[in-house]
Amino acid sequence: MKTILDKQQLHLTLLRLAHQLLENQLSLNDVAFIGIQPRGVKVGTKLMECIGQLCPGEKLQYGILDITFYRDDVRDELHVANKTDIPFSIEGKKVILIDDVLYTGRTIRAALDAIQDFGRPQKVELCVLVDRRFNRELPIQPDYCGKAIDSIISQKVKVEWDREVVVLY
Amino acid sequence: MQLSTKHLLGIKHLSPQDISLILSTAGQFKEVLQRSVKKVPSLRDVTIVNLFYENSTRTRISFELAEKRLSADTINFTASASSVSKGETLLDTVNNILSMKVDMVVMRHSASGAPHFLAKHIPAAIINAGDGINEHPTQALLDAFSIQEKLGSLEGKRIVLVGDIMHSRVALSNIYLLNKMGAEVMVAGPPTLIPKYISEALNVKVEYNLEKALQWCDVANVLRIQLERQNQVLFSSLREYNLAYGVSRRLLDGLKKEILIMHPGPINRGVEIDSDVADSNQSIILQQVENGVAVRMAALYLLAGKKTDQ
Repeated sequence: MKTILDKQQLHLTLLRLAHQLLENQLSLNDVAFIGIQPRGVKVGTKLMECIGQLCPGEKLQYGILDITFYRDDVRDELHVANKTDIPFSIEGKKVILIDDVLYTGRTIRAALDAIQDFGRPQKVELCVLVDRRFNRELPIQPDYCGKAIDSIISQKVKVEWDREVVVLY
Repeated sequence: MQLSTKHLLGIKHLSPQDISLILSTAGQFKEVLQRSVKKVPSLRDVTIVNLFYENSTRTRISFELAEKRLSADTINFTASASSVSKGETLLDTVNNILSMKVDMVVMRHSASGAPHFLAKHIPAAIINAGDGINEHPTQALLDAFSIQEKLGSLEGKRIVLVGDIMHSRVALSNIYLLNKMGAEVMVAGPPTLIPKYISEALNVKVEYNLEKALQWCDVANVLRIQLERQNQVLFSSLREYNLAYGVSRRLLDGLKKEILIMHPGPINRGVEIDSDVADSNQSIILQQVENGVAVRMAALYLLAGKKTDQ
């Protein structure tokens, strides 16, 4: 087991991502942040806290999206669905998808499909805490990345929120 | 997590965990149905045949919609317009359909146990959409989903099934399900329409006085008088039945509380339930129908997710 980000590094990384997210937006009114179920939601919530502190009083549009029904392996393995809650329109907005670990890219592919069913965004971007580059199975890359790591398929990357660390098994 | 069974033949064969899984998945599908695009691609590689040997409006449309919302391919089969009238047997019909690469069968039949028979002989997953006087599992699941939605949970809730218990597959499925989920169940109706020993056999309370039954319950699920299945006189007239066992506004106003009124449809207005009750705010009959699609999507999704031995 190897620690990729310790508590302080994780905090700084989240803060940096929040700054980068803000830096790229002209107006937060046209931005919809979407945390991907189940594990992207926690990252999303943390990022919303950081952004909230950086620009107090700003109203953030944050929704959560479950992609279970859009997976390409429905028939191989049964996944239990989680809640989807997007209480605003994403039509014509800039959607920023948020997940914890970007690995094969299949979850994001499903999320791109799913988000279409809620409207036509002007643009979609991807923000991840950890990018396992070299493990991709689809042509998908993050726009905002907390930490890029090199890992092999047999390894696992886990964000442990109770200890606030990211570890590699 | 997955279902403990390959087919949905009846609530009798499901575990409480199975039921919870179906109900929670149905909750997620209900959210899908509120979206502008009410469709997900989950079952786009699945073909489903709806095999209806008995008439149906709600169940059939509901299943078909559920299948389409899951992007499955569907075929509809109506016995009266098929080679069944030329003498083809059930097994032959189904095997012929399956040879055209169909993955799932949704089936309604007037003979109790028909889907169970089929399950023994064919490899496809089977969903029972009502078999004779035995079970109607998806109806019980959607009833439970609707109660849960209104009252929060099933545990400890008091539910009375009113009317033709003897001939109702909805009643049997509901009794199994509610007992498994920890609700209290009572059946109420004329003695001729309530099977003997039901209280010992199925662990339910029996009440012959409708007013007392309604006083006791949180939810009344009113069942249709199944005249098509009654081959002897079990009560003297529909008017007399309505006077003694029809759920009326006067009866409900006499209670000191507001109970939920449910009905699996089709309604015989003025027989088991009066119009002003069926159309009142207490009645969740149309919500039941709405929830039916989400519940059936959940059942289809969870069974299709499981690979068959094919």
